[in-house]
Amino acid sequence: MTSVRALLTDSRSVVGLALLAGFALFGVFAPLLSPIDPLAQTDVVTTRFLPPLTVGQDGIRRLLGTDALGRDLFTRLAYGARISLAVGLLAVAVSLAVGGMVGVTAAMIGGLPERALMAVTDAALAMPRIVLLLVLVTLWQQSLLLVVLVLGFTGWMGVARLARAEVRGLLGRPFVEAARASGQGAARLLMRHLLPNAATPLIVAAALGVGNAIMLEAGLSFLGLGIPAPAPSWGNMIANGRDALVNAPWVATLPGLAVAVTVVACNLLGDGLRDALDPQSRLASRATPRRPAAGSSVPPARPDAAAAGTSP
Amino acid sequence: MNGQPLLAVDRLSKTFRSGGGLFGRARTIRAVHEVSFAIARGESLGLVGESGSGKTTLGRLILRLLTANSGTVHFDGTDVLTADRRTLRALRRRMQIVFQDSAGSLNPRMTIGSAVREPMTVHRLARRSELDTRVRTLFGEVGLDPILVDRYPHELSGGQRQRVGIARALSVEPKFVVLDEPVSALDVSVQAQVLNLLADLRERRSLTYLFIAHDLAVVRHLADRVAVMYFGKLVEIAPTPRLFAAPTHPYTTTLLAAIPVPDPRRARQRSMAGEPVGRSAGPDPAPAEPQPGSQPADACPFYPRCPHPAKDERCRREVPLLREIGVGRLVACHYADPSAPDRPPA
Repeated sequence: MTSVRALLTDSRSVVGLALLAGFALFGVFAPLLSPIDPLAQTDVVTTRFLPPLTVGQDGIRRLLGTDALGRDLFTRLAYGARISLAVGLLAVAVSLAVGGMVGVTAAMIGGLPERALMAVTDAALAMPRIVLLLVLVTLWQQSLLLVVLVLGFTGWMGVARLARAEVRGLLGRPFVEAARASGQGAARLLMRHLLPNAATPLIVAAALGVGNAIMLEAGLSFLGLGIPAPAPSWGNMIANGRDALVNAPWVATLPGLAVAVTVVACNLLGDGLRDALDPQSRLASRATPRRPAAGSSVPPARPDAAAAGTSP
Repeated sequence: MNGQPLLAVDRLSKTFRSGGGLFGRARTIRAVHEVSFAIARGESLGLVGESGSGKTTLGRLILRLLTANSGTVHFDGTDVLTADRRTLRALRRRMQIVFQDSAGSLNPRMTIGSAVREPMTVHRLARRSELDTRVRTLFGEVGLDPILVDRYPHELSGGQRQRVGIARALSVEPKFVVLDEPVSALDVSVQAQVLNLLADLRERRSLTYLFIAHDLAVVRHLADRVAVMYFGKLVEIAPTPRLFAAPTHPYTTTLLAAIPVPDPRRARQRSMAGEPVGRSAGPDPAPAEPQPGSQPADACPFYPRCPHPAKDERCRREVPLLREIGVGRLVACHYADPSAPDRPPA
């Protein structure tokens, strides 16, 4: 488990992991951290727009204040973490499954089927994702599952291209030829030689994809097309606070900050993973210098992702 | 033992298509063109040629790692190219390959011990409990310290990695091994060690080799016969000592002249005797990459670079076929002199 150790000695991945773990625990233990119901609207007139750290007339301390309907922001942020992280992870899982299957199948079969599969991928890639999302989301009843599926099925193309490129590259490598020469079947070849070597860029892309999916979910919810209304998602919390941005800036800023930090954490983790999973760089201290090409096929972390989270 | 060769290759051809894509026109490249030869049991055939001559492709075709366009390959009487999956699997136990790129031929995420173990698992050659012992025995046989079993390929030297490649090939106890430039990527000092190892193993396990190399000097030590390949075709086959003593094809002569002579005094003698020394005295190396289609299809492929004094119009009109000019000697040249007396080895 040397790669785990490498991951834990890299400051980027440690920060990323810590932040994500923090949000995850925040979400999981939400009911313990706050006794308040996230949907509860108390006396709106007296409890609306309470600034952070004030104690309301009911005697409850509002750690992060309240929104326009008097709902506790700390509580809603915690429950929102559940939704945001779940959507991010599940959507990427769907993308990975679909894209991985398409890409690996295309590369391994080759010929006409490969061309057909990649043509479909390119066609799907040619449609702007946001437009596609907006159309698809309005076709069915809003729900968490719908958001996950729609995000997953609009995000698999990059994975497919990456998986195909990786596997194609590997198929020409002598060690794969050696494996074939020793009589291995396609299944064993895939599990023992192709996937382990193609996994690194896919894992990195997945980590970055989680951040992206969280942002898109927030965007959809902000537009009122994501997670249905009373449920606390970071996206619709930002939407709720938009009208009061001047009078009660904390209502929109706090969930925006949560989105931004989560996305940054995902990108940091992605970068750390890329290095930790490369056996060459893992042992750089006592062996050969590391290959510069190892991570070059991976999309770079996007610094603009952080900025976009707070803007709506 | 019978008189039947272990491996018989007949009129084997392979063309590659390159480029093309959706809109462009594909170009076809003849990598191997109607190559025929046979290897006897226990024999070691050297296959030499410059890079791009198709020798590596030929090795892959024989093992069916690439699909041939036409021709046949028979291994111990079994047709390799049309074998069904089960037969092919059985064949792969008996024919193995050692690659040039020792680093690339090992899975970077697998310890070298599991790399050697894997073929035995695939073919169910040993019980789980015996596997480790067998891996260690193989390590010992190729001169690797068994302590290294849990190392990863990048932690080893090039020579050690090549020994792992050899151990992996031997793990299934093959009869026939394609050695695809097994030492060209190694330091000269390590080359000699690996060549000696290959010679030992051949004797100990009575192996048959197809030894591919671009360097005649390396082949000399390990091959009983040498086949010279140029531009996808065999141009000469001869027993090793005879080929070195008296090459008949002008291309072979050129290749021999390109072997560097380590002893300057002998180099001088060679030049005084009128023999070409090194590249400079050989034929003009220009068109380094012979362009397909730059000359008539029925011309001798070596025509543009041929230094033979007798070359003429016939070489441009008629492709020379391999013909027998002596015992076990075949050459594809209209003007190779069969009556030339063998010169004593230099």
